[in-house]
Amino acid sequence: MIGSFIRNGFDRSAFFVILVLVAAAFVVPALALYTTPASPFHIPGYAIPLMGKYLTYGLLALSVGLIWGYCGILSLGHGAFFALGGYAMGMYLMRQIGTRGVYGDPVLPDFMVFLNWDELPVAWYGFQSFPYAMLMVVLAPGILAFVFGWFAFRSRVTGVYLSIITQAMTFALMLGFFRNNLGFGGNNGLTDFKDILGFNIQAPETRAALFAASALALALAYLICKSIISSRFGKVIVAIRDAESRTRFLGYRVENYKLVVWVLSACMAGIAGALYVPQVGIINPGEFEPANSIEVVIWVAVGGRGLLVGPIVGAIVVNFAKSWFTTGALAPYWLFALGGLFVGVTLFLPKGIMGTLGGGWTALKQRRASAAAEAGVSVTDTDGPDGGRLKTEPAE
Amino acid sequence: MRILIQVVLATVLALAAISGAKAQDADLRDLINGLAVGGYSETEEQIAALAATGDPAVVPVLEALAEGDVYARKSDRMVFIAEKVGSTYTLTDPLTGETVDEVASGAIDKIKVNNRLRRAIRTALGALTLMSPDAGTRRAAAEAIFQSGDPDAIELIDAAIEQEQNPSIAKLMREARAAAVLNSDLSDEEKVAAIEVIKTRSGRDSLSLLIPLTEVEGPVGAAATAAVSAIEGELAMWDAAQNVWYGLSLGSVLLLAAIGLAITFGVMGVINMAHGEMVMIGAYTTFVVQEIIRSNAPWLFDSSLFIAIPLAFLVAGAVGVAIERGVIRFLYGRPLETLLATWGISLILQQAVRTIFGPTNQQVGTPSWMSGSFEIGLLQITYNRLAIIVFALIVFFLLMAFLKRTPFGLQMRAVTQNRQMASAMGIRTPWVDAMTFGLGSGIAGMAGVALSQIDNVSPNLGQSYIIDSFMVVVFGGVGNLWGTLVGAFTLGIANKFLEPYAGAVLGKILVLVFIILFIQKRPRGLFALRGRAIEA
Repeated sequence: MIGSFIRNGFDRSAFFVILVLVAAAFVVPALALYTTPASPFHIPGYAIPLMGKYLTYGLLALSVGLIWGYCGILSLGHGAFFALGGYAMGMYLMRQIGTRGVYGDPVLPDFMVFLNWDELPVAWYGFQSFPYAMLMVVLAPGILAFVFGWFAFRSRVTGVYLSIITQAMTFALMLGFFRNNLGFGGNNGLTDFKDILGFNIQAPETRAALFAASALALALAYLICKSIISSRFGKVIVAIRDAESRTRFLGYRVENYKLVVWVLSACMAGIAGALYVPQVGIINPGEFEPANSIEVVIWVAVGGRGLLVGPIVGAIVVNFAKSWFTTGALAPYWLFALGGLFVGVTLFLPKGIMGTLGGGWTALKQRRASAAAEAGVSVTDTDGPDGGRLKTEPAE
Repeated sequence: MRILIQVVLATVLALAAISGAKAQDADLRDLINGLAVGGYSETEEQIAALAATGDPAVVPVLEALAEGDVYARKSDRMVFIAEKVGSTYTLTDPLTGETVDEVASGAIDKIKVNNRLRRAIRTALGALTLMSPDAGTRRAAAEAIFQSGDPDAIELIDAAIEQEQNPSIAKLMREARAAAVLNSDLSDEEKVAAIEVIKTRSGRDSLSLLIPLTEVEGPVGAAATAAVSAIEGELAMWDAAQNVWYGLSLGSVLLLAAIGLAITFGVMGVINMAHGEMVMIGAYTTFVVQEIIRSNAPWLFDSSLFIAIPLAFLVAGAVGVAIERGVIRFLYGRPLETLLATWGISLILQQAVRTIFGPTNQQVGTPSWMSGSFEIGLLQITYNRLAIIVFALIVFFLLMAFLKRTPFGLQMRAVTQNRQMASAMGIRTPWVDAMTFGLGSGIAGMAGVALSQIDNVSPNLGQSYIIDSFMVVVFGGVGNLWGTLVGAFTLGIANKFLEPYAGAVLGKILVLVFIILFIQKRPRGLFALRGRAIEA
């Protein structure tokens, strides 16, 4: 059954995306580790964690793209799930430091010694075990999303209201994690990690492995999302996006469908966070900032939200642009560019890069196939039930 | 000739007056130097003579003498107040307070005092302070005795109470006497009476005076316990009043920040994430107005805010209209896209302000009429907070009147309720949209003028208000200005009441969680609009 479920989603475009990601997972680390700096194919060591970071952002964007593009839920708080996954990973890494911390305490992380705490808080129990930490990476955001979604979808909070309360959620979590006595490192967060699963976290090989893990995780998540939206379940999800009330009247329990996608998306965001933390080496409450979550939404919008590959492309393109902008003389103008991106994409590219490219490609193919009278392509409204004055060029 | 005589006379008289004053100072100096002559009884006479002058200038030297800090210089037998610094003594002139000399300990003699002398000094001081002709001095003296609770002062203060004409100072003196009685070994009846007196003075200092006495056995302990609970009750009431006041203050800030949003979001259904930046633009307008006034017309500074308010309205309103015409009008009916586009605009505006004015906080001055405070009971009320509350309410009711009583308000409500029908009736809906958005933004700009008085004027000013403002509007109910008013003050007061128990940050988190739960229960807010239109 699972086999057919997966096969359903495995069309040509999916095959291509997964091929690229899996190839990247092996080729990029190989180029970084086994070529000399003189070689034209050499990838410098510093670029590996940077590219790995983009891939985790891609996974985060994919999770937002799944719920926004296919279920019409605009979350302005997905950074919270990302950060929770990151904190779970960070706690595992903190426990691995052991006696190598500044204070040399075998159990307590440095910041707890600094705060004069005598014993480990209950929330930290079990995090010395990698499998338990990985479970928490999925469970912590998953449970928060379940509780939040349970209440929100059941009382039919939709649209803008849902967006605003997700924003309030991540804002409240940020304020909470900034407090020292919550026990997660307060303002400074968790950092100064030493090793992961016994391997030195700074070593080129570990970094290459983390990059490969990020690429494979993204490929797997893409496959799962693709399978979901190609299944019958996925059709209901899209129906909810386009006409929620109508779907409900047809007898579907809308809130349950929404809840499943919502929790799945939160778990994916958590995994992205867990892969992000060892590659950047720090997690702090700044990750909970509402501005970060809104930025994720713009990656999705830039890439194109009606397609699964759109968010991934959007995340990588925008973050590459950000790195490029903020390292040069153009640094003060990055916010102008980002702001312009928000305005420009919503006004002129409502389908994003991939949607527009794909739309152009399909239109071209169709025109070739039938040069006949059908000048216009059937209008499909991917903007949800709200419609709008600005009808754009039809896609697919 | 007569004029000449007059001039000569005047000159002579003036000279006499000056030399008289000089002579008086010299006399005082002689009297003080006399402290070092002879034994205890001579010193006592000298103290009495000093007291008899009735000059408050001798108070410091008498106080220092009681502490044993007064020394005579061996070389010329001049008397100074000395303070030991390291191995040497710093000599201070007892009348002028100037540092005169620094000498080794061998060069000076201490003027010794015994208990009899100390009592004499106290009497002298009491006569100089408690019975001083200056009301402020008397008040300060009574307050000092209340704080020290020195039982030796009882006789003195009794004498002072008899003479006192000013009822409020007399009350203070009675309280001071009661504090002294509690520390004395007088009878229990006296002490119980004293506790009754202190009970009428509610405040933390009287509480700290009474709490140790609750441990005492007998009627005194019982009376003290009763008084403590009475005072605590009263203090709790003042605390609650203080919280309500702080809450009203915070609520008025929230109201100001949210009221413009209530128009753009509530009435038009536009999610304006750049709303906070309109507030910021208003604050920067205030800054620019003040800068211009400072360099060109400093005498106008006190009215700078009155100049800034209409300007901020116009500037922010113009930016709002530009945003509506340039971006938002293409996005009506697509709230999520509007949200993203306006977020982008907010980033651009922030960065623009940062580029023009720099990333640091700008100094916005407070006009003199807004600084200072007054007290009601134990409640301290600052003028700037009061001004902001009044301003917020004025803006609210003006806006209310504008919407209900003017033709434009009528058109605006018509477009809100049924766009097509309004359009069919000949209302230019795009124009109304632009003006409504300008109105909301302009009000945010005026809020910025007020917030510049209590917050840092930096490019991030708006960011700190945007989430709070959304919470207020959503909590109060979208499309209902009364809801915004009630929502703002409810959230403000709830926040301030939670703060003492949960701390500022946790209190804020609790309020956020409460709103999230509240929206689950009533997704349309406190005052929901009824009708089919809202379900669209």
